[in-house]
Amino acid sequence: MSIGSVPLKFRVSIDPERCMVCGRCVENCSYGVFRQENEKIRINSRNCVACHRCLAFCPRDAIDISEKPTDYRSHPLWTRDVREAIFNQAKTGKIILAGMGNALPYPIIFDRLVLDACQVTNPSIDPLREPMELRTYLGKKPASLSLKEYPNGDVELKTKLSPNLQIETPIMIGHMSYGAISLNAQTALAKAVSHIGTFMGTGEGGLHESLYPYQKHMIVQVASGRFGVDINYLERGAAIEIKIGQGAKPGIGGHLPGEKVCADVSCTRMIPEGSDAISPAPHHDIYSIEDLKQLVRSLKEATEWKKPVFVKIAAVHNAAAIAAGIARSSADAVVVDGFRGGTGAAPRVFRDHVGIPIEAAIASVDAKLRQQGIRNEVSLIASGGIRESADIAKVIALGADAVYIGTSALVAMGCRVCGTCYRGQCAWGIATQKPELTQRLDPEIASVQVANLIHAWTDELAELMGAAGINSIESLRGNRDRLRGYMLDASLMQVLDVKSVGA
Amino acid sequence: MPAVHIDAKGLHYTPLNQQIRAAVAGGATEIVIDHVLGQRFIGDGLRGDGVTITVNGVPGGDLGMFMSGPTIIVHGNADHAPGNTMDSGKIIIHGSAGDAVAHSMRGGRVYVRDNIGYRGGIHMKQYMEKRPVLVVGGAARAFLGEYMAGGLLIVLGLDGVLPISERGLGSGIYGGEIFIRGTVD
Repeated sequence: MSIGSVPLKFRVSIDPERCMVCGRCVENCSYGVFRQENEKIRINSRNCVACHRCLAFCPRDAIDISEKPTDYRSHPLWTRDVREAIFNQAKTGKIILAGMGNALPYPIIFDRLVLDACQVTNPSIDPLREPMELRTYLGKKPASLSLKEYPNGDVELKTKLSPNLQIETPIMIGHMSYGAISLNAQTALAKAVSHIGTFMGTGEGGLHESLYPYQKHMIVQVASGRFGVDINYLERGAAIEIKIGQGAKPGIGGHLPGEKVCADVSCTRMIPEGSDAISPAPHHDIYSIEDLKQLVRSLKEATEWKKPVFVKIAAVHNAAAIAAGIARSSADAVVVDGFRGGTGAAPRVFRDHVGIPIEAAIASVDAKLRQQGIRNEVSLIASGGIRESADIAKVIALGADAVYIGTSALVAMGCRVCGTCYRGQCAWGIATQKPELTQRLDPEIASVQVANLIHAWTDELAELMGAAGINSIESLRGNRDRLRGYMLDASLMQVLDVKSVGA
Repeated sequence: MPAVHIDAKGLHYTPLNQQIRAAVAGGATEIVIDHVLGQRFIGDGLRGDGVTITVNGVPGGDLGMFMSGPTIIVHGNADHAPGNTMDSGKIIIHGSAGDAVAHSMRGGRVYVRDNIGYRGGIHMKQYMEKRPVLVVGGAARAFLGEYMAGGLLIVLGLDGVLPISERGLGSGIYGGEIFIRGTVD
């Protein structure tokens, strides 16, 4: 084999002055970096993925991890990653898999948008003194209301309203399946959303029976593989979401590597243990926008038109046209997943090169629906790389009704975004099914952390709104005038319909 | 309890399904639907192990989608995807059916007397003893058993019909079995 060893990705070192040889690093690392030999800890840096489990549990802060310890001769085109990807494919002949979201340094549009605040000409509102309405209803809204007025002053609503979901904050947790993450992780998320009064997605791994108590807060997913989908599953969800695509890998289906298909996952999904769960690229009964309308209606028929049905698409070039089609299909919400969306496993080339940013996608979808006079037919849910409350405020101002968070919720449970989810060795007990690892995640404690995150962001949103003189989330939605672009080019500002700072 | 008769002439699928559900809820085990002409989603998500529904006419797409338990007998041809994501029960078609028959089916049986269209049995899946079965009396078109993950697919080519003559048989199959009576190129 002529290529030889590729340089270490991380170098792990232990400060001998500080180390007390307690052995916690040996016990905690699930990637085989540490072993104890008499009174010394021996290190195999080649196995390290920088998940930080060791240093998080070291009582003496004795562990140091440095990235890219060996230099290549630097080159702007032939970067380290490009060279190493070629070595990998020359050795294996295979498609390289990767986890988590887009790892390339594309500019982040959120970081080039700034928010407005009120001063003098109209005063800001203090959220401590005045109520802030963050409650959001997701679903179809009527185009107009027809009322019947009675002589005694009573008014009766004659328009029939479609079922909507009521959420107390515009933040929901996106679809991360049982299989991609552990049952303990899903349980933690379920407890958190129940506590806050919002919803989470089940992902395409079905709904495990231990989570039935939380079903009122579950959005059940029907993906192309139809794993775990039967009438009981559909009836349990508060809403149903058809997954057409996912931001991390537009155009291809979900992928759960065989290593993560244990007995329980195999039973919930109805696939053999240890075999890869690959979802086909399209739903094989949806080959056109007209077919999608049929699937939406088949789900509504199955659940007697009592539940909202959402459709999730990846943000691609013609997302706006697709969303316009979805809005005419009887669906109640369009979920748009931007190219920075996370994943447990995707071909690296898709994760890094396919799809468009959520900021541009939401702005163009919102604009097109308004232009066609059908914005009320669907709610818009944005996802894909939502990292903080400012991102949420900005994407709502660009037209979204609510957001799904994914990676952020996992980070709140301890994830360090090492990106090796597809290996099923997660030292934090999140993206694995191994019992010795999943038991490290206490669903009760983790749920408090996730609830804390959502609560903190909701409070920050209220502050941002108050500072902008807004007391209801509806007044922020689509309000492009409260955003300014800072060092964005003219054509992108036109797509976003946002002016430049100073203008 | 005597059979419940429903006249589907000019009836949209939503009120038709409401009548079917009401009949099942009322304890009916035999339901006969007359003048069916293209109504989609008949028996969508319906439960009821002892229930038999007779469809006189041509049902529309997705007959028995998500169905779990009942038996549907069709006296006529069927449209696309009868048995779509069906969980259990039986669909018997005394005629032909369209494309994507038994799409993503997880259990139960679909029997088609004559021919089926493209992508029959696509992505059928099984788990242990729970195994879906699709039997076709005549012929199937291209991409039969595409992407199969489990289940049993049989094409008989009765009455001198050539069971398979197009491409893509079992394309992407990773579980399940396909039996073709006759020679396959």
